[in-house]
Amino acid sequence: MTTIYSARKIITMCASQPTASHVAVRDGRILGVGPLDSLTGWGDYTLDERFADKVLMPGLIEGHAHTMEGTLWKYAYCGYFDRTDPVGRDWEGIKTLDGVLNRLKEADALIADPDAPLPGWQFDPIYMDNRRMTRHDLDKVSTTRPIGVLHASGHIMNVNSKALELGGMLRTGINHPGVPLGEDGLPTGELKGPDVMTPIGVHVGFDRSMLDCDDDGLRNFGRLCVRAGVTTTTDLAARLEDDTVDMMLKVTGEADYPARVVALRYFMGMTPRELVDRVIALRARSTDRLRLGRIKVVTDGSIQGFSARLRWPGYFNGAPNGLWYVSPQQLREVMDLALAEDVQIHTHTNGDEATDLVLDTMEAALRGQPSPDHRFTIQHCQLADSAQFHRMGKLGMCVNLFANHHFYWGDEHYRLTVGPERAERMNACATALARGVPMAIHSDAPITPLGPLFTAWCAVNRITASGRTQGEAEKIGVAEALYAITMGAAYTLKLDGEIGSIEVGKKADFAVLEDDPTEIGGGNLKDVRVWGTVQGGRVFAAADQT
Amino acid sequence: MTAPLPLTILGGFLGAGKTTLVNHLLRHAEGRRLAVLVNEFGELPIDEDLIEAEGDDLISISGGCVCCSYGSDLTAALMDLARMEPRPDHVLLESSGVAIPGAIAATVGLLQGYRLDGIVVLADAETLRATAADRYMGDTVTRQLEDADLVVLNKCDLVTGAELSALRGWLQDRHAGLRQVEARQAAVDPAVVLGGFDGAPVSARTPENPVQSRHLRLDGPVDDPAALAGALAQDRLGLIRAKGFVTDRAGARFLIQVVGRRAACTPAPGPVSAPDGIVCLGAGGRADWPAVLALGARTSEEA
Repeated sequence: MTTIYSARKIITMCASQPTASHVAVRDGRILGVGPLDSLTGWGDYTLDERFADKVLMPGLIEGHAHTMEGTLWKYAYCGYFDRTDPVGRDWEGIKTLDGVLNRLKEADALIADPDAPLPGWQFDPIYMDNRRMTRHDLDKVSTTRPIGVLHASGHIMNVNSKALELGGMLRTGINHPGVPLGEDGLPTGELKGPDVMTPIGVHVGFDRSMLDCDDDGLRNFGRLCVRAGVTTTTDLAARLEDDTVDMMLKVTGEADYPARVVALRYFMGMTPRELVDRVIALRARSTDRLRLGRIKVVTDGSIQGFSARLRWPGYFNGAPNGLWYVSPQQLREVMDLALAEDVQIHTHTNGDEATDLVLDTMEAALRGQPSPDHRFTIQHCQLADSAQFHRMGKLGMCVNLFANHHFYWGDEHYRLTVGPERAERMNACATALARGVPMAIHSDAPITPLGPLFTAWCAVNRITASGRTQGEAEKIGVAEALYAITMGAAYTLKLDGEIGSIEVGKKADFAVLEDDPTEIGGGNLKDVRVWGTVQGGRVFAAADQT
Repeated sequence: MTAPLPLTILGGFLGAGKTTLVNHLLRHAEGRRLAVLVNEFGELPIDEDLIEAEGDDLISISGGCVCCSYGSDLTAALMDLARMEPRPDHVLLESSGVAIPGAIAATVGLLQGYRLDGIVVLADAETLRATAADRYMGDTVTRQLEDADLVVLNKCDLVTGAELSALRGWLQDRHAGLRQVEARQAAVDPAVVLGGFDGAPVSARTPENPVQSRHLRLDGPVDDPAALAGALAQDRLGLIRAKGFVTDRAGARFLIQVVGRRAACTPAPGPVSAPDGIVCLGAGGRADWPAVLALGARTSEEA
């Protein structure tokens, strides 16, 4: 059974035939690409012209996201920016604190049980003159139910008095840098850092396993993928317990599940040996739509949280250097074993000192255990300089830069965290490419919204939320950005032989677009309208994702 | 209301001997039910001969002790532990090698039901100076030492006398007043880490590690129990630990507990039969006993 789709234009991302008019699909794979008369020789076919006025691209690939975004949409959206939920409702961004409280009041009215928790997410007071929300503000929404509002960074939460009371923290005498106190000596309700969020979080509806999504959340994430033109996504830091793996196999195996999920096992709770053995065992359970067998190692914290490890001269505001989340010995051990067993590692590495540690450790590990094609990938890598990108290239490593960060927090980095010069060269896409490092760019959803075309716009324009262009010299071209969200990301996952371009033999994965991203102009990339996707030859319209 | 659970944070860099110390303490628990919280069940943290049963998140150890892993969620593990029946007598929290113990202490301080009994940081006598000079880990190790109420300088048998002497000087230069206990194979007297030294002189138990104890007699009430606790924690006295009861002039009884530089003075829990007086521990001949005992004498004179 062969279907040949016609399209206004097919952008293949394949150098030998950059554009085409038709693509033939058989058994979920691409049988051929070209003019119609070059495809008819394969035998009987059905000509499907539903995309005749659309533009097809390779299905977009999100190289760094977390499927828990699908679960977060169960909670009240309190973000500053407009965002579309999995079923297609557009939530208007809220620009004021009162607006956030009104949104929570609306959500409050929908919950019958007056004691049931009310969680909200994606609040960001940075855009509201940094006026802090207090428990007294949230008490105006409810004094009977616990309320917790998670910040966009994921590192801070605001709660009401009831939530503090349930967590045993509505008392004086608390002495913790993450718990600011009011003039009355009681906590203001702002909780900074996971250590202080957890004891209250369980009472406001954010339970302990936030890194893992549930089955409805995973289905919701699939819907978000269709809306964003994504056919393959990562789930970059999962615990992948047996029951979670069973659930993910079940959900991704459903006939209408629209995405391929590449889930990485987080290095935690196991020795390097156990971890590598576990991941090899998981790899054997992989299916087409759930790819297992990769490791995620977190080396440091975040730049806006001042917990990333920076080289001299450190943080612009004088904050002390950040935290290590792995010791050099453990990193070395897990790299040695993973290289020996051909298991891929992606490292969360924000600060440039952490990047140095990963490069030094990788170089030493490779001397002992050479590997012809490991493609270990440095994720985020926001402060790397030219010399570091050079080393990455020499060591055969890949990079996945956080282009969206530049838009959402670029102004903060300029003003507060790293200062003008380093802010200008953060997420240095142009330098990475010039140094020959295979590169992807990412959203880190739910930290920022899933949407590779928006991510490409960020890398092409480097505009911050306040509208400044930050880092003119690190802008990349539209073609390079489109490559990064297709072939670039596929390469970092070692899937570039299967996906990432439209050419014979690959998966029939397409992003179906209303506009041509190569014609619309780099400044408008984020406005390219997505009709939906084709994934493994199955057609998914965004409009049907309800 | 039950008394809060005492909790000791065991910090220190990878390889400093934290796991060895945990096993040593379990072997010398002497009837106390210890709960050990480890960052993760990596290399099995408990010697096999001590294990009675193993579960996913819990290892049962002979003598009613347990070992739990906390992974990425320390707070949740502590909350679970506080509800455990039967209740542990003392919690040992073994932090990861790159953790900053002061940050963990702040977190413990948020939880009702716990009392921080001190931060004990292990250091490897053989490698400490090299680690402190490491470009990646130097500041982490320095922060760990800064946060320590007590430092156990371990593996002292692997360095020469001259090296050890130089190391002591280096430590005092960088961390003036630091309270340290020297050990080999992490064999320190359990009282150093766990307190609870009401019985026989502890020095006899681990002869290679000379810990001395003195009894600070108090013949009458004191003006300010909290000030006395603070005085016992002064750097110049060099005490490892101190614990005992005092009575103020209004007749209220207080429990004084000192771990290195950390002093606590709290109302005595319930009726206490023990007489007033404070047991003090010093190590390695570094305690200034005349000055310690003078605190008692002055109190007595004032009384």
